[in-house]
Amino acid sequence: MEKSLYQLTALEMSGALTSGNISSERLVLDCLERIRTLDESVGAFLHVDEASILAQARASDQRRLQGATLSTLDGVPVALKDVIAVAGEPLTCASRILENYKSPYDAHVTKLLKAAGVVLCGRLNMDEFAMGSATENSAFKRTANPWNLKHSPGGSSGGSAAAVAAGMVPMSLGSDTGGSIRQPAAFCGVVGIKPSYGRVSRFGLAAYASSLDQIGPLARTVRDAAALLQIIAGADPKDSTCMRRDVPDYLAETMRDPGCLRIGLPAEFFAEGLDAEVRKSVLEAADFFAKQGHEIVDIQLPLTKLAVPVYYIIATAEATSNLARYDGIRYGHRSDIAVDAIDIYYKSRGEGFGEEVKRRIMLGNFVLSSGYYDAWYVRAQKVRTLLRAEYMNAFDKVDLILTPTTPGAALRQGEHREDPLQSYLEDVYTIPANLAGLPGISLPCGFVASGLPVGLQLLAAPFAEDRLLQVASQYERAHRFAGLRARIGGDEQ
Amino acid sequence: MSIDISNSASVDIDHLAKLSRLQLAESEKFKLQGQLERILNHFRALEDVDVSGIEPTAHACDVVNIWDEDEVAEGLTPDQLETIAPAFRDRQIVVPKVVDDA
Repeated sequence: MEKSLYQLTALEMSGALTSGNISSERLVLDCLERIRTLDESVGAFLHVDEASILAQARASDQRRLQGATLSTLDGVPVALKDVIAVAGEPLTCASRILENYKSPYDAHVTKLLKAAGVVLCGRLNMDEFAMGSATENSAFKRTANPWNLKHSPGGSSGGSAAAVAAGMVPMSLGSDTGGSIRQPAAFCGVVGIKPSYGRVSRFGLAAYASSLDQIGPLARTVRDAAALLQIIAGADPKDSTCMRRDVPDYLAETMRDPGCLRIGLPAEFFAEGLDAEVRKSVLEAADFFAKQGHEIVDIQLPLTKLAVPVYYIIATAEATSNLARYDGIRYGHRSDIAVDAIDIYYKSRGEGFGEEVKRRIMLGNFVLSSGYYDAWYVRAQKVRTLLRAEYMNAFDKVDLILTPTTPGAALRQGEHREDPLQSYLEDVYTIPANLAGLPGISLPCGFVASGLPVGLQLLAAPFAEDRLLQVASQYERAHRFAGLRARIGGDEQ
Repeated sequence: MSIDISNSASVDIDHLAKLSRLQLAESEKFKLQGQLERILNHFRALEDVDVSGIEPTAHACDVVNIWDEDEVAEGLTPDQLETIAPAFRDRQIVVPKVVDDA
């Protein structure tokens, strides 16, 4: 049976475009139709400018007719998390404070996507300012998990994961500060990559925590994600933390035999708190890797238990500083009942920010405030040094670390809404990669009995994305989870 | 100033709201106070780590200064600013008066 368009991977779409079997216009019309049909129940998109999307697709088709195609992904649709700037499009960060804001410029990754001819296909829902793990902190709407609409898609890039899982777009970009790409990828049964810190420019990414934030791809296959990472990676003069380092051919790396590697299983990631079904799926993956000739090594990463406090102190301190720019003066929401400048700050921010953002700003100000700075913020930075050293030492013994991406499958919507601490603690498996600057990938490795997907996480030393992709592809090629897509809204089987 | 971390988890919510420039309703303050104290009490686990002689990490990788040529480049134009400013007049952003009359 011939596949419907939405069932194609991005690289299959690329192949169909190259062979002339399909036009980009036809592809995006199919995406738009699927968004119209399904997004009322999924709620992945905040904004879809159909006219602009069709114009981009037609321009791509024109280029192809003239033999002037810009890249492998020319004409393929990609949707962006609403935290990445596109000139002239809304950039709300799912916050009331930026409700009417349109970006006057492109993010660096946006420029690269445009230069590759990719069709920018809408703005995706998220937790406000990327703060959250369930996409329930969006000021505008809830997003549902396409595998079970009563469950959360994860967050903060919940829209990015849900849109891909539902087949509304083949690929998307998200951002990952403490797991915000990998965790929703795991919950929605798709592939998500958090690149090494400094691999992708942050220019034009609305900042949450600048020493932790990275933009990365979500897709239904490792190869699609690799192709998208290829386009967005590399140095940018406008982000001095973006490393001037060569970008390997990531797509070629997915086809390369990784040889025999040492893969570490850290005891702390399989201890109390891990769901039994998730543990079983991830350990089966470890068995698979052993059968491929890799050596599975038991390792210890004892500081993992402190990753959550270290992260939430450092991330909120940085957020407090980054979000000071939303003052109601130059752009964004200005309260219309304020009487003077100070009053504008208080009221605009009080009206514009949601509950979780306020909580994190307050927490950040606590750890930075006079008398508490050394005891909380500096201490957390020192423990970060130790934690990073622990991971770097581990990479002397092993080539990769294999863990579950999350302690359990997707939560029901609203499950932790009244207990922010409980929600923070769920981030424990993904946070260390951000603190240590490591690249990480989450890919589907099975389902729990209720039908929700399970994700496994692979971590590597900084800038070893090539190795992550080799091993992730090896797993993907041998398993039926590749190219997963949730069946919703009466999809054919 | 160094303060014993074990005594640090009581939160002056009005002071924090002021530092944060956030106008909060009394109900919000009450809720935040309890949540922040619960979170901070949990984070006191950091006390158990010996950090003497350890340098703080500010960045995930070693960041070095990068110098670019000092060249004139395009910035945002007043027309672009007008599209994002909350109040705009005569090619300028309107702000409340912050100095007294002489």
